[in-house]
Amino acid sequence: MAYGKKVLDHYENPRNVGVLDKDATNVGTGMVGAPACGDVMRLQIQVNDEGVIEEAKFKTYGCGSAIASSSLLTEWVKGKTLDEASQIKNTEIVDELELPPVKIHCSVLAEDAIKAAITDLKKKVN
Amino acid sequence: MLTPTYMDYSSTTPVDPRVAKKMAKYLTMEGDFGNAASRSHYYGWQAEKAVDEARSQVADLVGADPREIVWTSGATESNNLAIKGIANFYHKRGKHIITLKTEHKAVLDTCRQLEREGFEVTYLDPMANGLLDIEDFKNTIREDTILASFMHVNNEIGVIQDLQTIGDICRENKVFFHVDAAQSVGKIEIDLASLPVDLMSFSAHKIYGPKGMGALYVSRKPRVRLEAQMHGGGHERGMRSGTLATHQIVGMGEAFAIAKAEMKEESERTLRLRQRLYDGFSDMEEVVVNGDLDQRISGNLNISFNYVEGESLMMAISGVAVSSGSACTSASLEPSYVLRALGLSDELAHSSIRFSVGRYTTEKDVDDAIALVREKVEKLRDLSPLWDMYKDGIDLNSVQWAAH
Repeated sequence: MAYGKKVLDHYENPRNVGVLDKDATNVGTGMVGAPACGDVMRLQIQVNDEGVIEEAKFKTYGCGSAIASSSLLTEWVKGKTLDEASQIKNTEIVDELELPPVKIHCSVLAEDAIKAAITDLKKKVN
Repeated sequence: MLTPTYMDYSSTTPVDPRVAKKMAKYLTMEGDFGNAASRSHYYGWQAEKAVDEARSQVADLVGADPREIVWTSGATESNNLAIKGIANFYHKRGKHIITLKTEHKAVLDTCRQLEREGFEVTYLDPMANGLLDIEDFKNTIREDTILASFMHVNNEIGVIQDLQTIGDICRENKVFFHVDAAQSVGKIEIDLASLPVDLMSFSAHKIYGPKGMGALYVSRKPRVRLEAQMHGGGHERGMRSGTLATHQIVGMGEAFAIAKAEMKEESERTLRLRQRLYDGFSDMEEVVVNGDLDQRISGNLNISFNYVEGESLMMAISGVAVSSGSACTSASLEPSYVLRALGLSDELAHSSIRFSVGRYTTEKDVDDAIALVREKVEKLRDLSPLWDMYKDGIDLNSVQWAAH
């Protein structure tokens, strides 16, 4: 199967690869997926005092589309409030990366990952 | 355009130029284009002569009589004809069939179809090295077992089954023995004059012949009978009707003749290349060879780079054409059923790459592949949360994953 240009770009030059301190009070971590299914995403966000996401990092085990979906998402969430970030839909990722039907689950996983990271962060704040 | 290096010879092979050259002589007006079934004129006789020669070339490679070779469209059809043909002909004797979970889909799905028609099939688990557990097989044979079907060499992991031992057990128990030899013929010695095998499937395109061409060996002594699956003009002694594709048949014959002449040298050469490839990876961390390394066809290396997903690795090494046990593209998200049947964890199965080298692979191809794979595995591990966890000493099995 041939990959789309945007998937290839993110795959070859992934944005925001890395790790944030998961114990910091202003960092939320979302780890979703399972090795058994062939993809695991870890997405981390760091918010400033105004509750705006100022930093985002990811690491992903999975196919090219899974890597591209998480890379794209880290770009999108930066500068957004948690509410805005939680509004991102997997279909937007599908549209942007032109994912074929068999790869839609990669975008779903990315949406799950940002939601999980936000939930983790909110738990810390409360 | 710079094309990728081909290292997927277990999927298919290019037609050998010597084969293609010969095939071209059996197509046009100037060539021998006739119908081998036309017994009344020159054109038919010429075609028949070519078909007979090819039949002898195929039979010669495997120690069979030419009259034991039935032309088909490929190993898939041969497997269908052998298994359904036996089942339909001998169903009054019994309705039980035994096979292995790691067989090719052409065998497994044929068995599934027979189950729908009232047959009972036992799908045995292989041992962890991919080989059949002989005791397990013995214990599975019943009064009503009519057929056992095991492949000679597995297409994914390249392991070689012991046909002599399995065949002896079949003979003792009056069970017909069918062997899918698509991956072994022309690569390792097969002597059907001495092997206790009743039916054997062959493919042309796995050994530098044309696609869409195969054959089924049907033993004459002891005599094996089949119910035809393709009906028509009664070609191939009634077992497989349809006008013979002379150019395809000639191509298969030539490919098999070349294999007979060059097999020994070629398998030594591909073994050296395989070993070179393996040596290039063996010092890396968390690298596992799938399937038995000794009881294995020379050109195959199925290897898992743990914590790196196979499909993304294939994408990263797009300069080398290989295949993967990862099934990220399939709707089910299930990794290779062959690797799963060996008892491999899902993540190791997802992380597997099958390299298969062949006639046109060079040492430079192998060295380039090693360098590329090493670089990309390192890059993808830097990107892998599982690698981080492994490095932190976290047992992945202890983690509560949310399967999706």
